[in-house]
Amino acid sequence: MRDPAPRRLRRAAALLAALVALLLVPLLAGPARAQDAGAALARMATEQFAQIEAGIADLTASGSPLALPALEALADGRLYYSPDKSVFIKQADGRWIDARTGAASAADPASPKPVRLNNRVRRALEAALGSLSLMNPDPAKRLAAAEAVVKSRDAAALPAVEAALAKETDPRIRKALSQAKAATTIFLDTATESEKVAAIETVAGRGDQDALNLLGAVRERGTPILKLAAETASAGIERRLALLNGLQNVWYGLSLGSVLLLAAIGLAITFGVMGVINMAHGEMVMLGAYTTFLVQEFLRTRYPALFDLSLPIAIPLAFLVAGAVGVALERGVIRFLYGRPLETLLATWGVSLILQQTVRTLFGANNREVGAPSYMAGSFDFFGLTVTHGRLWIVVFAMAVFACLLFVLKATSFGLKMRAVTQNRRMASCMGIRTPWLDAMTFGLGSGIAGIAGVALSQIDNVSPNLGQSYIVDSFMVVVFGGVGNLWGTLVAALTLGIANKFLEPVAGAVLGKIALLVFIILFIQKRPRGLFAQKGRAVEA
Amino acid sequence: MNAQPELTQALLYLDGVSVSFDGFRALNNLSLVIGPGEMRAIIGPNGAGKTTMMDIVTGKTRPDEGDVLFDGRVDLTRLDEASIAELGIGRKFQKPTVFESQTVEDNLLLALKGPRSAAASLFGWRNRVKASELDGVLETVGLAEHRARLAADLSHGQKQWLEIGMLLAQDPKLLLVDEPVAGMTDAETEETARLLTRIAGNHAVVVVEHDMAFVRALGCKVTCLHEGTVLAEGPIDAVSANERVIEVYLGR
Amino acid sequence: MIASRLLAGLDLKGRVFLAALAGLAVLVPVLNLAVPETSALHVPTYVVSLLGKYLSYALLAVALDLVWGYCGILSLGHGAFFALGGYAMGMYLMRQIGPRGVYGNPTLPDFMVFLNWKELPLTWYGFQSFPYAMLMVVLAPGLLALVFGWFAFRSRVTGVYLSIITQAMTYALLLAFFRNDMGFGGNNGLTDFKDILGFNIQAQTTRVGLFVATVVALALGYAVARAMVNSAYGKVLIAVRDAESRARFLGYRVERYKLVAFTVSACMAGVAGALYVPQVGIINPSEFAPANSIEAVIWVAVGGRGTLVGAALGAIVVNFAKTWFTGALPELWLFGLGALFVLVTLFLPKGVVGTLSAWSGGRRQAAPAGVAAAPAAE
Repeated sequence: MRDPAPRRLRRAAALLAALVALLLVPLLAGPARAQDAGAALARMATEQFAQIEAGIADLTASGSPLALPALEALADGRLYYSPDKSVFIKQADGRWIDARTGAASAADPASPKPVRLNNRVRRALEAALGSLSLMNPDPAKRLAAAEAVVKSRDAAALPAVEAALAKETDPRIRKALSQAKAATTIFLDTATESEKVAAIETVAGRGDQDALNLLGAVRERGTPILKLAAETASAGIERRLALLNGLQNVWYGLSLGSVLLLAAIGLAITFGVMGVINMAHGEMVMLGAYTTFLVQEFLRTRYPALFDLSLPIAIPLAFLVAGAVGVALERGVIRFLYGRPLETLLATWGVSLILQQTVRTLFGANNREVGAPSYMAGSFDFFGLTVTHGRLWIVVFAMAVFACLLFVLKATSFGLKMRAVTQNRRMASCMGIRTPWLDAMTFGLGSGIAGIAGVALSQIDNVSPNLGQSYIVDSFMVVVFGGVGNLWGTLVAALTLGIANKFLEPVAGAVLGKIALLVFIILFIQKRPRGLFAQKGRAVEA
Repeated sequence: MNAQPELTQALLYLDGVSVSFDGFRALNNLSLVIGPGEMRAIIGPNGAGKTTMMDIVTGKTRPDEGDVLFDGRVDLTRLDEASIAELGIGRKFQKPTVFESQTVEDNLLLALKGPRSAAASLFGWRNRVKASELDGVLETVGLAEHRARLAADLSHGQKQWLEIGMLLAQDPKLLLVDEPVAGMTDAETEETARLLTRIAGNHAVVVVEHDMAFVRALGCKVTCLHEGTVLAEGPIDAVSANERVIEVYLGR
Repeated sequence: MIASRLLAGLDLKGRVFLAALAGLAVLVPVLNLAVPETSALHVPTYVVSLLGKYLSYALLAVALDLVWGYCGILSLGHGAFFALGGYAMGMYLMRQIGPRGVYGNPTLPDFMVFLNWKELPLTWYGFQSFPYAMLMVVLAPGLLALVFGWFAFRSRVTGVYLSIITQAMTYALLLAFFRNDMGFGGNNGLTDFKDILGFNIQAQTTRVGLFVATVVALALGYAVARAMVNSAYGKVLIAVRDAESRARFLGYRVERYKLVAFTVSACMAGVAGALYVPQVGIINPSEFAPANSIEAVIWVAVGGRGTLVGAALGAIVVNFAKTWFTGALPELWLFGLGALFVLVTLFLPKGVVGTLSAWSGGRRQAAPAGVAAAPAAE
């Protein structure tokens, strides 16, 4: 399609005018601004509200950098004038600034009087402050101001928004400004219906709760056409928000699942692979958390600069501490109880009591403060999802631990021997594998991993002697649900339970959701006693 | 479905039975017929499906496909172990399994025919059990003078006999006996062969065994399983002369 | 006649145990009520209640021994049955307070008034009646055990899996009873009881009465459990424990045998809980804590599982030690309890009573067994 010539001409002329304007603005504006600002301020040195309001408008229009501090002072009641029409800003420390120069005043003003406000002036002042922020040199402040207009839909801000839109170059802020313009246009009596429909579409492009609120207002009191447009747009936003909410739940579920995975993965080795019921597993996690605490205490007192390294240092230490306790437990108690799972359960429960009481005696019964390194704090926005760094790190860490463990089991000679022993102990022993040594090492590995989990859990849970207790039931549920002896099953089970929990929580509440999951697992074990990914086999004699 | 007259004659009838575990075909289109009062020996290499076959007959494992009929009319694939036992199928495990903390007499009392429900046992069916039956079984398996001993104190061979005695006390129509002479002395093996031949006639007996001398001593029809299916069937001499049997099982 | 048959079935341990209980039932009330407080022989009322508490624990231990010792079911959820019985009793006691509560509401217990509830929840109906409450003491844990066991045993969940899901069961109940909406007093549970069957619950004579009731309940519980394990049913139960699939292939419906034992045991635990609550004066959700159930298991293990008497004695001795330690050396109690778990499983798997009777029984049985073995060897 061809443009008709006159329209093309008009467009070229507009472009030229804009270019000229752009060139001229810096040339003309500089001196004019200071002058205008001074005059505007002088107008405000009065008791007449109409004059003050006009002064505010002039000051805003001047675009002078002096305008914002003066108007802010006015809003706070710190703007004073003298009978000689000079205007001052009173600072918090009681000193005076000349509003016309922005510099400290040479002498205290003679008999200063505050510039007064009434409701009308206050509204004008607020609009002025809003539009001034739209011009703020700081992009973040401009964006926030534009967002504020979207929320307030204040028609008075429209001229300022339009002015800002003309100057703005940052595409994100431009978008926010055009949404702000649209949001005010929708409620503008002077706007045409087609303009309003277009504005509804622009606002709907935000796709968030603010847009939904705004459209809700349109649906209440707009014309039929506008109502229809608003309803269509709302439906789209609601779908998007529901999807986003679902994704957010999945993400929370993944991060909860990662916590469960961390807690259960060591148990997947000791219970799943070795068949040892270790009720002291939670205490291995606790030892890992206390190791983190000790590392941080040490760094805090000796090398405060290295505090951010506390977690990388704590990980291998926690592995060693919990692993060593695990090896001692296997050699000292468990090896005498192989083939007697119920007795193993009781004995390790006893060990868990002893470990808890030991820690309680050494560190006290109260929670210990474990700090978060800087990279664990903060969050970022991912297509509308808020992702906190802490959660992200836990997910990444859990997956990394899982991958390492898988590697150890599948690709190292230790893992090969371990699998050999669990499949056929006697044959493995005949082939020269020292099975007692291997049992101890395997148990140490499972316990060590529990210790590593403790490092991560110290970041999200209270570090107290009871830390382990709160994970033991969950951990067993995860391992049993996933299928004993199957690492992938443990992964799937942990993530499934995590996500299911987060989806149940809004429906049933946190406690009922958890109870529902427990009941579900109890019923599930009835149906498939060997878990999700059980290996079938020839029926064995019991 | 089982209209053929031959089927109603058979005590145990397996047709086209297959079952697999994680892709491994433990039984592959297995067919087997045992007549009433018949003695049958089942041989075959490890993993041939001998124990799986017993698992399926006793209801411990469900077949993926195929028919398993008892007495020509009862579909065993739908029943659980207890119901199958009540129908009259007894099973002896590979590893002797007796109630170790109870006496020989109590072991047999637990096995003797009679009401099996929890209510009946709570209110004393034991008084109604005939002492003569108990004595008969004790005599048959040669444990009469050990009746007051704890089962745990018996020798390995005696435990095997006690378990066979428990099967007898059940008075089943069919006995499934898995490797009864594993770990026995030669004298004990001979005694066991005599015991089993005595039992056959009144009861059908299926014996799974590796010990060829023992199988020969039983003097009955032999079925050789291989990879979950029947490789050869017939008198012991014919089966042990079969080329394929020699190749996969007996060795040259 | 039944009593004489029962006595005939008792071994020496059982007779001594019942005689000791009878002695306690007479001696303790006399020493408390008839002996003046100034006398050295006087038993203070708080000790009577403490003994009553130990004996209700002993009943719980007997219940647990019935399933663990004779059927091989290691339940880590018996605390739940105990607590359910306790709650049923607690609800009766709450309804007995009537208008004497802080808020003076004639039907609603104080915590409901506090929560702004207007009507009594359906679950609380009928609990003003003692017979109904006693029925619930048995029925609530019994039904839970019946349903739970029916699912679990039918699908052949055994060994540690069963232990873990019983633990999950009591954990789920712990979480549930913590909720205020459940209508069982939430966090604080039920307390501030006033009277039972019209007697002031604080009164010395009531306390003695409760103690005697506990002794009788323990003796009855022991007798029932002993009668069960001595019957043909008990022989099947032991058979199931030792070789479950053998029993199954002999034609026994193993799951029904287990279910009967599990349910009877749960009812017994419920009665124990109901006797415990008026003597300690409170029931709250912490009774459901998995740790409590495991602790009950160690009582049985210490005394000797599969002995019944041992279980009861284990409960009494361990709890006496707990009372003494937590008073004198509170720091050391958990070390001691933990060590007890480890040492008993490692060095005394039959428990004290089991080991003792193995020694004495072994000497008596050694001769005939040796004689019988001799001809077989020839």
